Amino acid sequence: MRRLSLFLPIAAVLAAPAGLAADAAPSGKAVYEHWCAPCHAPGPGHPGTQSLQVKYGGRTPAVLLERKDLTPQAIAAFVRTGVLSMPPFRKTEVTDADLAALSRYIADTAAGR
Amino acid sequence: MALPPNVSQAAFDAALRAWRGAVGADWVFTRDEDVALYRDAYSPFWGEPEEKVASAAVAPQTLEQVQAVVRTANEHRIPLYAISTGRNLAYGGSAPVLSGSVVLDLKRMNRVLELNERNAYALVEPGVSYFDLYDAIQKAGLDVWIDPPDPGWGSVIGNALDGGGGWTASPFRDHFGSHCGMEVVLANGEVVRTGMGALPNGKSWQHNKWGYGPWVDGLFRQGNMGVVTKMGFYLMPRPEVLCTSIVQVFEQEHVVPLLDVLNLLENQHVVNGSTQLFNGAFGPPGTGARPVWTAQVPIYGPEKVVQAQMEYCREKFARVPNCRFTMGEIFRTPLDAATLGRVRKVNFGVPDLSTFAMLGRTQASPDPAGGHIGFSPIIPRTGEAVLEYLAFYRENLAQVSEGGKLNFLGPVFMTNWERTMVAMIMFPIGRDKAMNARMRAAFERWVELAAARGWAEYRAPAAFQDLCAQTYSFNDHSLRRFRETIKDAVDPNGILSPGRYGVWPRAFRNR
Repeated sequence: MRRLSLFLPIAAVLAAPAGLAADAAPSGKAVYEHWCAPCHAPGPGHPGTQSLQVKYGGRTPAVLLERKDLTPQAIAAFVRTGVLSMPPFRKTEVTDADLAALSRYIADTAAGR
Repeated sequence: MALPPNVSQAAFDAALRAWRGAVGADWVFTRDEDVALYRDAYSPFWGEPEEKVASAAVAPQTLEQVQAVVRTANEHRIPLYAISTGRNLAYGGSAPVLSGSVVLDLKRMNRVLELNERNAYALVEPGVSYFDLYDAIQKAGLDVWIDPPDPGWGSVIGNALDGGGGWTASPFRDHFGSHCGMEVVLANGEVVRTGMGALPNGKSWQHNKWGYGPWVDGLFRQGNMGVVTKMGFYLMPRPEVLCTSIVQVFEQEHVVPLLDVLNLLENQHVVNGSTQLFNGAFGPPGTGARPVWTAQVPIYGPEKVVQAQMEYCREKFARVPNCRFTMGEIFRTPLDAATLGRVRKVNFGVPDLSTFAMLGRTQASPDPAGGHIGFSPIIPRTGEAVLEYLAFYRENLAQVSEGGKLNFLGPVFMTNWERTMVAMIMFPIGRDKAMNARMRAAFERWVELAAARGWAEYRAPAAFQDLCAQTYSFNDHSLRRFRETIKDAVDPNGILSPGRYGVWPRAFRNR
């Protein structure tokens, strides 16, 4: 254990919201990293990416941030209705503003902006 | 918009107005497309009249808002169904047990209220996921681990209350067992704190779970006696190392001495990790070099101690006939990124979602069902019981699987909790209603067959919670009746999660 904990009350009362900041303007990157990346990031251990590799067989990128063909409507449809093992996401998880920011982030990243 | 059962339009409208006033109009959901987000994505009744669906949802952010919402529901006798992160997939997700209930969505209550490294605990709200708690600990730079279950987006509180388990060391893997103190809103809106939390100015709420007098926390596990708004949890001081050795035997019946030794080592707390038991009973015969049974033997702790404990394990397993013991790699923590990339993260206290790969497309299964449910009976933790269960499964497999046409998977033997053996059967669930109906019939048949042998479920999908509760029928269902007596006393209008785990309030008992 670190010496610090012997002298300081590490019982820090945080009272900070976990996850995304509720009242700040949503960051598309933060929404992506919190809600999408655990399944759709590149590399092994990401079941969304693995499943899309099988689906597309390399014809379309399996990694979400490499997709240039996803419209905001398509992203909203996947987020709000789900597909296969991916469930829909409620508005207490991904707000409409989060969703719009996410769509912009995916489009900008895929376009290299 | 559907009405809740036994509720008039006028009463519902009045409640919705009050809820909007309490939590804000943005957080009361009544439009069909918003309420549809609360459907259980893995419902075995998807798209059928029996699918369990909400009438509306309300999402408070504070304790006071929860109290206000509950008081309004009680006044108008509107059934609520509390969810935390709503990610209890395969067990009902964010959908209610009683169709027409209003979902009380606690996801916005997402504060990590306290992290304490010296005494290794956390105090959290229901909307805090394992990802959230992990991130908060990392951000604070504390040298403690969480115990993640398979899906990291689950609620720390929700998983514990549903009876879930994780993948690090005992006792932390037993999520309800490793909680310490809770705060609960009762059906009349009153707030109760359990254990040492009942002491005004108490300073040990997360230091002692028992407090004084009868312990009531168990009423809220798989229960509907209140809405839990805070819970404390023990955290695990980061262990120096994890070493997972492998033991294998080559004859079917040698699972008996194998488990005897494994049980001894776990009951001595020499082995503290999650010892899973794998069998090859449905593969080629267990002769030659192919093991019939494989168990993993994970030990967390200081390196010198773990080395000695592993040596002790090797000596003990030597008494098992023809047992192969393979010493595992020593993983020193914290792991670097490269090492973390080649291990199962949840065994190292790092939450992820990799488990969903088993439900996604693979080369062998390019068109999977998508969802699943599980029948997970508890059997005695002995080799004899494992062999009996295997024989039972084989005896009934052809009949229950329609001659092999139904591709359910089983049995998977899991030892997530101390002194416990779960023998799970998994059923794929998707959007094919006819196939879902056949899977439901198979699920029900396994429940009935297992109950006749004295084995029953530890946790059930919402659609089967009544069925599984009925198997616990000793003395004319005296346990169920006792729970109903308590339910009627603390929630006389039956507004809190009616039907959860087979506990129905008087108002809905003869529905």
